[in-house]
Amino acid sequence: MRKHYEVVIGLEVHVQLTTNTKIFCGCSTAFGSSPNSQTCPVCLGLPGALPVLNRQVVENAIKAGLATNCQIAPRSIFARKNYFYPDLPKGYQISQFELPICEHGHLDIETEGQGERGGHQTIGITRIHMEEDAGKLLHSDDPTTGSRVDLNRACTPLLEVVSEPDMRSSDEAIAYLKKLHQIVMYLGICDGNLEEGSFRCDANVSVRPWGQEELGTRAELKNINSFRFIKEGIEYEIDRQIELIEDGGEVVQETRLYDSNTGMTRSMRGKEEAHDYRYFPDPDLVPLIIDNDWIETVRGILPELPEPKKARFMADYSLSAHNTDILTAEKALADYFDACARQHKDAKACANWVMGDVQRRRNDEGISVAEIPVTPELLVGMLERIADKTISGKIAKTVFEEMWTSGKSADAIIDEKGLKQVTDTGAIEKMVDDVIAANPGQAQEFSEGKDKLLGFFVGQVMKASKGKANPGMVNELLCKKLRG
Amino acid sequence: MNLIDLTIHEMQQQLADGTTTAVALTEAFLKRIHATDEQLNAFITVCDEEALAAAREADAQRAAGNVLPLTGIPVALKDIFVTEGIRTTCASKIFGDFISPYDGTAVRKLKEQGAVIVGKLNMDEFAMGSSNENSAFGPVRNPWNSDCVPGGSSGGSAACVAARQAAASLGTDTGGSIRQPASHCGVVGLKPTYGRVSRYGVIAYASSLDQVGPLTRDVRDCAIMLGAVAGYDAADSTSVDTQVPDYLANLEQGVAGRKIGLPKEYFIDGLDDDVKQAVDDAVAKYRELGAEIVEVSLPHTKYAVACYYVVATAEASSNLARYDGVRYGERVDEGKGLIDMYSQTRAAGFGDEVKRRIMLGTYVLSSGYYDAYYLKAQRVRALIRQDFIDAFEQVDCILTPVASTAAFGLGEKTSDPLQMYLSDIFTLSANLAGICGLSLPCGLSDNKLPIGVQLLGKPFGEAELLQTAYAYEQASDWQGQLPTL
Repeated sequence: MRKHYEVVIGLEVHVQLTTNTKIFCGCSTAFGSSPNSQTCPVCLGLPGALPVLNRQVVENAIKAGLATNCQIAPRSIFARKNYFYPDLPKGYQISQFELPICEHGHLDIETEGQGERGGHQTIGITRIHMEEDAGKLLHSDDPTTGSRVDLNRACTPLLEVVSEPDMRSSDEAIAYLKKLHQIVMYLGICDGNLEEGSFRCDANVSVRPWGQEELGTRAELKNINSFRFIKEGIEYEIDRQIELIEDGGEVVQETRLYDSNTGMTRSMRGKEEAHDYRYFPDPDLVPLIIDNDWIETVRGILPELPEPKKARFMADYSLSAHNTDILTAEKALADYFDACARQHKDAKACANWVMGDVQRRRNDEGISVAEIPVTPELLVGMLERIADKTISGKIAKTVFEEMWTSGKSADAIIDEKGLKQVTDTGAIEKMVDDVIAANPGQAQEFSEGKDKLLGFFVGQVMKASKGKANPGMVNELLCKKLRG
Repeated sequence: MNLIDLTIHEMQQQLADGTTTAVALTEAFLKRIHATDEQLNAFITVCDEEALAAAREADAQRAAGNVLPLTGIPVALKDIFVTEGIRTTCASKIFGDFISPYDGTAVRKLKEQGAVIVGKLNMDEFAMGSSNENSAFGPVRNPWNSDCVPGGSSGGSAACVAARQAAASLGTDTGGSIRQPASHCGVVGLKPTYGRVSRYGVIAYASSLDQVGPLTRDVRDCAIMLGAVAGYDAADSTSVDTQVPDYLANLEQGVAGRKIGLPKEYFIDGLDDDVKQAVDDAVAKYRELGAEIVEVSLPHTKYAVACYYVVATAEASSNLARYDGVRYGERVDEGKGLIDMYSQTRAAGFGDEVKRRIMLGTYVLSSGYYDAYYLKAQRVRALIRQDFIDAFEQVDCILTPVASTAAFGLGEKTSDPLQMYLSDIFTLSANLAGICGLSLPCGLSDNKLPIGVQLLGKPFGEAELLQTAYAYEQASDWQGQLPTL
């Protein structure tokens, strides 16, 4: 049935900003403190308290806008979104409505080739606006104790990034989300933690028969906390809506919750229960004026974004597109690699080690890039020793492991463990002679044309040298002596 | 002379020369409060102990040579200012026994200036009203005639100064709530320019209109009090970062050569004869003093009341949403769920007028009505503001009545909210325009009630406004007229 319908997806993403203080007061935004310990009259909504805008939040919003090709509004307005809920201390959320800080942006995404919609797509970004988060309700299992409210999170800064309904599959939705996630991580404005709710996604999903101009009625899927669940929720929703229409029913506009246990979505509230938020400009805050100088100052401190970084890696380090994608997926890893490649002439070797052993060890331990014990300097120190043939690539694996656990330099480890490659022709020649003398039968077979026995001899010599003989020299000497 | 009859500047003098002490002044005012407030009901909370402690501290500071303009001066606060450690009610039941953990900026400044706070004053609940009859703590009586209202919403603030229960008070003015009660009680009341005094720590009624101001016995005291509380505050984004002049420096400058405008739209049928006579006399006095009197026009005046009741109630409906019984105040919970708890709490906690305005404000912001009401009111507001900008191109100051009548009787208008709303017709344009305005005694009505004249000034033109008021005050017969109580 799917092939008869076109899927239309728009996404609203809440990005929690990692500023030190809240958006409208000086309280800390640190995660995990005891309930209500990070509050003040402003974020508690006490009588008489007034909001004061955090400049850093504006700067982060400008960064996000510039990085997503938005226009930054010279004048934007904060508005009150009015509704009652115990986690909302003022009875309204300060947000932006009619004049948001960023508008008219876009992101480019790539998806696996699948017919006409595979490959490159441009997804429009309608707007990005700033707003405050609500607190958290802590419900007890015991009904007599009631619920508790923790307002530590109240008033922490969020950006809401609203896309156009430009996505046509869950793959495109995920590609867009990952791209946006990568950008806010690159900008350093969000910790990107989906599980803890630092990057939350609501998906508006609808379907329509192919060729129909008008959009189908949409359902909004709320707060799904992993990329996988988002994909599953959208997939479920597409099937549900198509099935409904095929059965002669109608999709109703509603908010639905995705249940990760069942993989299904269920209705949370219908259109008739939708709030009338009675938005109006917040009279406690003055219009936010952003002049060109401010925008240009922020542009000047923008970090290198994924696309330009990829282009540079490919050009400067002659890396493949595939390897570049892997190395730039995460800004911290890209920076790690970049630091290595800047100090070592063989960028390809850097890339191979970073993508290989460094990533493998890191995944084993489940640590962040910042926690990798082998710094770029240490890694480069080892790569230099490979390049100047002090150690072989094989010995390097041992050195790397030792660096990881001890934090010592490659030179120190090579010294201590006597891992220096033997390049003394006389010493190697003696080992070669000994091995040939000890294996006359194989030597005979080799001279009669059984070439693949060379590997056996190399192995024997390397074993005799405890791995330290220079493999190239061993090879060369063996060939010379065996062939006579 | 009785200590309580002194003005602030006279007290400053006596404190300076050692004729009196802060403790003596404070004791005298506290005694006066306890003797008269049964009758007036101007106070919601009297802080005897805290006041006497502050007075002792003020005397100690003075002895140590640390003297500030308000050191040892007993003042009182409308109960809309949150005060650390002292109950704040906003004259509403919904606050229960709420005690703020912090002082608002104006209160902090008064304390830093050495003022002694004797108590918290009665008012219309959430500053919504023009007669002080909308208080959960009962109405305030007019010190001139206890069958009459003191005006509102800062009724307690005006009555307490007229009755000499405090040397001065702070009120708030959203549509005339300082100027109208000042007029009805025969004291000086100033609504500064929007942004002149911080609103931080003032319980919000209508945020874009609310402004803090003093009510005092005379113009000089008004200048002293304004100087103490005015100024930019980083905690209030709408406060304006412009220098606070010395309001006393040129107070006696006079009005010779100043142009005073009379807006023709304000001198209409419906003014009581004695009010009209008193205001006309004040105009004649200004002419005598060398001011040039010209007619001006504020053509959108007739839309001001409608505009005000849309803007103010819209903001109020949102500002009062936080009183939901979740975090502080009285909660009514019959265990029937969250929505029921909200409804019951707010039904029990808010008075009728507050509910009326919340409903009106909710309506004008509702989907489908926003453009027709809220947005249109904002456009009208811009026109009203422009009226004043145009008028101030021609004149330095605008003179109008404060109210069409002197104080009316208790209960006289309570059954007719619209009639009550119209009693602010001369004052609320200043709030919509954000300019400063002052009410000044200018006569007595036929039944011996005070009448006030309103002077409106340019944005941040408080110094000139005070000079203009001072010139009249010094030349008129109304200086020092006080009710016998």
